[in-house]
Amino acid sequence: MRRWLLPVALIAAPALADPSTPPAALANTQLRDPLREAKAQRLMETLRCLVCQGQSIADSDASIAGDMRALVRQRIAAGESPDAIRRWLIARYGEYVTYDPPLNGATWPLWFAPVVFLVVGVAVARLSFRRRAQ
Amino acid sequence: MKRLLLWLPLAGFSFLFGIAALGLIKPADRIVRSHLVGKPLPEFRLPPLAAGKPGLTTADFRQGKPRLLNIFASWCIPCAAEAPQLLRLKAMGIPVDAVAIRDTAPALAAFLRRNGDPYDRIGDDRQSAVQLAIGSSGVPETFVIDGQGRIVLQHVGDIRAEDVDTIAAAVKGAR
Repeated sequence: MRRWLLPVALIAAPALADPSTPPAALANTQLRDPLREAKAQRLMETLRCLVCQGQSIADSDASIAGDMRALVRQRIAAGESPDAIRRWLIARYGEYVTYDPPLNGATWPLWFAPVVFLVVGVAVARLSFRRRAQ
Repeated sequence: MKRLLLWLPLAGFSFLFGIAALGLIKPADRIVRSHLVGKPLPEFRLPPLAAGKPGLTTADFRQGKPRLLNIFASWCIPCAAEAPQLLRLKAMGIPVDAVAIRDTAPALAAFLRRNGDPYDRIGDDRQSAVQLAIGSSGVPETFVIDGQGRIVLQHVGDIRAEDVDTIAAAVKGAR
């Protein structure tokens, strides 16, 4: 009996820390209207799961991610725009919740660094080619 | 010029090393905080879940006296761990209401029997709708709401013995 305790505990512990209620109706069920479902899917792929932190809510199996998918689908089905839903979540969780970073004081290097690197790269390439030609 | 350039790789390495060391000494804050602190509680109306206890609405928090709003669930282990601290806050004369996340009536009744019951009202939040509306990202979380229904403080995670004074002071300071 004793030697079965550890494996049993390992199997049982995670189950205890999760809700036993079934997931929300729209957590894992697509919307009837394929256009709206596509809209919801695009939005869900760019929203961060709050407890997993490295996954979008479209990718996550966490129960809160399921509830966030249900929230997105309900609001899309009700005719709300994806932008409005994103703004609603940002008002509550900050820009942390979106994977589509808005342009502001903290994120401008993210948007403009690639352009700067490209310009520098072209300049370096021109210089070295010119030197070789001489 | 060339002698100075010689030091450039070392300078670059030191800079990156400094950034990495800083990240190790002072890790980034991973707590997801609600941006609604200082703002009014969103409108909601939740049905009851525990026998003999009313459900929870936003209007319950506009009665002129500050209250605690505890987000919890019977399936959440840290929620059981913080129960004694909530009972202590209740004994200090601070009213406590709760939103139960994805819970069932029998599981909730068993939880209250086992861990004590500091709650005046418990609202049934089947789809975490109210949790998402107030910017909470997990269980347990505790909000201090002033007498006008404004969010004064958010405590993320279980309330430990050393957190009780901070929360009691926030309630005292809120009117």
